[in-house]
Amino acid sequence: MGQKNVATVISIKNITKKFRGSDGEQVHAIDNINFDIVEGEFISLIGPSGCGKSTLLRMIADLIEPSEGTISVNGKSPRQARLDRDYGFVFQSPTLYDWRTVLQNVELPLEIMKYPKAKRRERAEEMLGLVELGSFVNKYPWQLSGGMQQRVSIARALAFEPTILLMDEPFGALDEMTRERMNNELLRIWTAIPHMTVVFVTHSIAEAVYLSDRVVVLSARPGRLATIIDVDLPRPRGPETRDLDQFFHLTSQVRHSLRGGVGDLSKVIE
Amino acid sequence: MVANAQKSPSTPPLARAEAPPADTSAVRRVAGIVALVILAALLWEGAKAFASSVDYALPIAGATLDLTVFNDQQLPHLGAIANAFVQPAQRNGPPLYSELLSASAFTLQMAIGGFLMGGIIGFALAVIFAHSRFMQGGCLPYVVASQTVPILAIAPMIVIWLGRAGFQELAIPVIAAYLTFFPVVIYSLRGLTAVPPTALELMNSYAASKWETLVKLRLPNALPHIFTALKLSATASVVGAIIGELPSGIQQGLGIAILNFARSYTQSPERLWATIVMAGAVGIGFFVVIVILERLIVRWKRPEDG
Repeated sequence: MGQKNVATVISIKNITKKFRGSDGEQVHAIDNINFDIVEGEFISLIGPSGCGKSTLLRMIADLIEPSEGTISVNGKSPRQARLDRDYGFVFQSPTLYDWRTVLQNVELPLEIMKYPKAKRRERAEEMLGLVELGSFVNKYPWQLSGGMQQRVSIARALAFEPTILLMDEPFGALDEMTRERMNNELLRIWTAIPHMTVVFVTHSIAEAVYLSDRVVVLSARPGRLATIIDVDLPRPRGPETRDLDQFFHLTSQVRHSLRGGVGDLSKVIE
Repeated sequence: MVANAQKSPSTPPLARAEAPPADTSAVRRVAGIVALVILAALLWEGAKAFASSVDYALPIAGATLDLTVFNDQQLPHLGAIANAFVQPAQRNGPPLYSELLSASAFTLQMAIGGFLMGGIIGFALAVIFAHSRFMQGGCLPYVVASQTVPILAIAPMIVIWLGRAGFQELAIPVIAAYLTFFPVVIYSLRGLTAVPPTALELMNSYAASKWETLVKLRLPNALPHIFTALKLSATASVVGAIIGELPSGIQQGLGIAILNFARSYTQSPERLWATIVMAGAVGIGFFVVIVILERLIVRWKRPEDG
């Protein structure tokens, strides 16, 4: 996954977010964050709870608005990018609709985007094949395990061929074994779709290092950019990657950056 | 030779729970209902037998408890009630059951009209309230207040108003609808608005319109709630239709039958009881139809959700 011609896909400039908490007190969630994300990159945002990493992701997605600063996505405002369906979003909970089968869940965005019926089915089946759930198309969400549900949600996010995949702690609720398997799945999917940019929010250091080209470390309250760490681990990555000295070195580098920041480190899971 | 001990986890954790065999649970449910009916019948006849054995007067702590309510003039034998169905209600008239069947058909027709009217109005109000906090805040209190007004007080007014306007035949359904729209408003509103925040964010991320969000998210999310309301409405619509008949002057339904047989209760109480049994059957039948519809439409629920 070389980055020969680096085209900026997402640009975050002077982003600050303040909002009123439930007690009426002003919360300074994010303070003056700047960085760019390039095409085809896999980038992770990591930080302790309350560092605003999910908030930042939601601002890129135009699900909330920044208080100050500008974000551009594919050279457009986040709002325009949302209207143009430039990105797919994967939530921490799979957020599948109970009343739809697995196939119908993946078809949901395609229905809204007015794909013809035959094309919808074809795309949805293709995506479910990609996440290896081809034989579960007619199941209802409750009939699947948590990991399988999250794979359906990834298939749904990719169904309409967005160029950007935004993921908000997608594997946070899974057990460690399932999470590592899902990490490999995700890398396989990312590799299968050329030029797809992934922005991945996590609080797992190992997960961030294992997956990413770069890890953006945020400090807490207000969320500030602590550092950006380049991950030059060879690709393709697999279980053996986790045993490399370099892997240990990078995870401790991330851990030290997190400690350097102000925040509650007890919330950071490795 | 080293065997390939590393079994790949090729079989993913399949469906968490198999659906429990539906027939045994259905059989058990029916058996339970039958057992309850038998128990009620035993209590009924047992109370009568006991009251008769003490000559309808039970001495307790120096006083005497009057048990004449259990005599055959007040509380007929179940056999007498069953027999009343096949006896003619009037001399040389048709048997009571055939009169009651045609009365039930009329009342059910009125009830269905009221059920549909109330359901549509109730759902429309819920959609409006779900999309406008202003409308919800302004109108919902009146919807609630409407149910505190005794239906017996407004039923004659509805009959008169609609009669003047030339819509006499709508009076009974409108009175039934007055009772049925309320649960539909409350439950639909809850179903339409109690949507998980991320489910809404998902729709936003697709830049979905309000209409698409309503049809593809809010409405299916509300369906189980709506069916809860419709089950309440189904039985309420029968009660509403019976009440609506009383001031309407229409002589065809169960309402009039109840009124007439109540007047002649002391001569033949079993006729009123037979009519009550019939009215109950109509309400239960309507309820069961809604339950079956719910089973057919809300198919996605896990078995333990019931």
